[in-house]
Amino acid sequence: MKNIKGKKLRSNMITYLIVIIAFVIIQGLSSGGILTNNIKGMLVPICAYICMAISLNLTVGILGELSLGHAGFMSVGAFTGVVVTLCLETSVSSGPLRLLIAIVCGAITAAIAGVIIGIPVLRLQGDYLAIVTLAFGEIIKNILNNTYIGLDETGLHFSMKDMNALQAAGGKVLLNGPMGAIGVTKLSTFAAGFILVLVVLTVALNLINSRTGRAVMAIRDNRIAAEATGINITKYKLMAFVTSASLAGMAGALYALNYSTIVPKKFDFNTSILILVFVVLGGIGNIRGSIIAAAILTILPEMLRAFSNYRMLIYAIVLILVMLGTNNPLLKRKIGEFREKIGLSRKAIDMTTEGGDRDGK
Amino acid sequence: MASNVTRERTKMVPLPSDSIVPERDVNKRPVLEARHLGIDFGGLTAVDEFNLAIGPTEIAGLIGPNGAGKTTVFNLLTNVYKPTRGTVILNGKDTKGMRIDQVNRAGIARTFQNIRLFTDLTVEENVRIGLHNEIKCNMFSGILRLPSHWRTEKEFHDRSMELLKIFDMEYLADVKAGALPYGAQRRLEIVRALATNPSLLLLDEPAAGMNPSETAELMENIRKIRDQFQIAIMLIEHDMSLVMGICEGIAVLNYGKIIAKGTPEEIQNNPQVIEAYLGKQGED
Repeated sequence: MKNIKGKKLRSNMITYLIVIIAFVIIQGLSSGGILTNNIKGMLVPICAYICMAISLNLTVGILGELSLGHAGFMSVGAFTGVVVTLCLETSVSSGPLRLLIAIVCGAITAAIAGVIIGIPVLRLQGDYLAIVTLAFGEIIKNILNNTYIGLDETGLHFSMKDMNALQAAGGKVLLNGPMGAIGVTKLSTFAAGFILVLVVLTVALNLINSRTGRAVMAIRDNRIAAEATGINITKYKLMAFVTSASLAGMAGALYALNYSTIVPKKFDFNTSILILVFVVLGGIGNIRGSIIAAAILTILPEMLRAFSNYRMLIYAIVLILVMLGTNNPLLKRKIGEFREKIGLSRKAIDMTTEGGDRDGK
Repeated sequence: MASNVTRERTKMVPLPSDSIVPERDVNKRPVLEARHLGIDFGGLTAVDEFNLAIGPTEIAGLIGPNGAGKTTVFNLLTNVYKPTRGTVILNGKDTKGMRIDQVNRAGIARTFQNIRLFTDLTVEENVRIGLHNEIKCNMFSGILRLPSHWRTEKEFHDRSMELLKIFDMEYLADVKAGALPYGAQRRLEIVRALATNPSLLLLDEPAAGMNPSETAELMENIRKIRDQFQIAIMLIEHDMSLVMGICEGIAVLNYGKIIAKGTPEEIQNNPQVIEAYLGKQGED
């Protein structure tokens, strides 16, 4: 009885521990002056991508629906965060507080976007969510490419045409269409990123191990049975999806506030696929796996700089090799045997099932 | 309303064997009433003129040759299929327009012919999902781990263990449902259905794939469930020893129509039923 519950708890604790230890080590290396500036500059994006990977894993792994436009939610959160911080520049002097407000606002707007998409689409079965989120990512990018936001004494001004109308009033341009936001104060720090990763991780793990999470996983495992057991399918799918979207919005705000300029083009289809690669490579439904995959795959292109022009080629080859390697039955069996030897095996529990089928491996 | 319902039924369903509700339930409102229920798939009439009343503590059986439309009837009662004709009255309420999950909350729980468990989750989690609407705790207290989360989780645990006791399955609580042997999976499905606190339990071939001793045990357990929970149970089954052994009323379906209703003895001696079954055998 206590076995599995303890195991789940232990597994979660290990995940938290990995994140904390990694933070301490990197913090130590950084203050020791060992890290290059290139790597230092990547610490916040890594945190943001880890949050994105956890967020997408909620949709893909726990809800069992495919989202191909997660960068869209990131983008919504990012630009909300940027606009909010620029607006509050004078009234709120504390940087971390402004960052916090930006992240919360990013989460809220991304959640609203999630609701707008989720309500019509999550009623359907099948791959419609993938199609609609794919379109959503592109639509958001194009909308932001044509959005001009200015600020003066009378308040915020929006335009979908150009920024002349906004500038005439003598105000400040916050968002300049395809040029994005310029002159953003860098607010994100590695510590803030680390805290956000912990928050996102806690939300995700707590959600999975709660009444709501069980309902969502029941829908994933067997829709018809979940419905016949009295679970309101649309409601719980929407809950999971909106949570995922809002976590992506938080990550977006963190990401955007790490740069002095940020353009809408950054959050395109490629970014969505990149995040999906983190999730698939780390293991669908495996939160710890997606954290590790996100960290490694973000840092990998940097590490491969020595190969200059062949960098992306090597990156692709590494991806393919890892995919092949992790799905190799021989390798899996070896790992299984190794785990058995050190007493981590599940077989001991499966043995109690009246000698029936075990789930093997 | 109640008298109206009874009159309508006696008027429109002039079958002599209509009163299959056992004595003790006769004067109570039936838990479920299907009236003129029917469904067409394209031009094919799968079920037609299905009339049935089930007493609040009755064990009813639905039998018939393969392809007679038995599972379709279950799907009609639970709104998986929208009936083309007729009404279903559950505890005095028309279920028309309800979603599947709303029908469950209104009082019907079911199991499936081809087992549908949440295979990636443990046995206990499966039962906990059954208890979903019984124990409420919102998403935020789950995420923030508020005291209400811990309280309800404990309640979830206690009640699912209690339910697993019905089939002596507590020791399997932490096994993944997909790893259970076949018989245990069937039993778990029943426990999960019971967890939703139904007033009517629909069992679709509960004894399929069980050996005679397991079937006998299941029979005992079905009776036990009825006595303990005071609910109505309706089952589809091909195993005649089980059906004749525990059902108080039986309806026989052939080609989507009820050809006979009555007590096990009446059904066994009904020439139409014998023809439906033996005729089928002759064709094979």
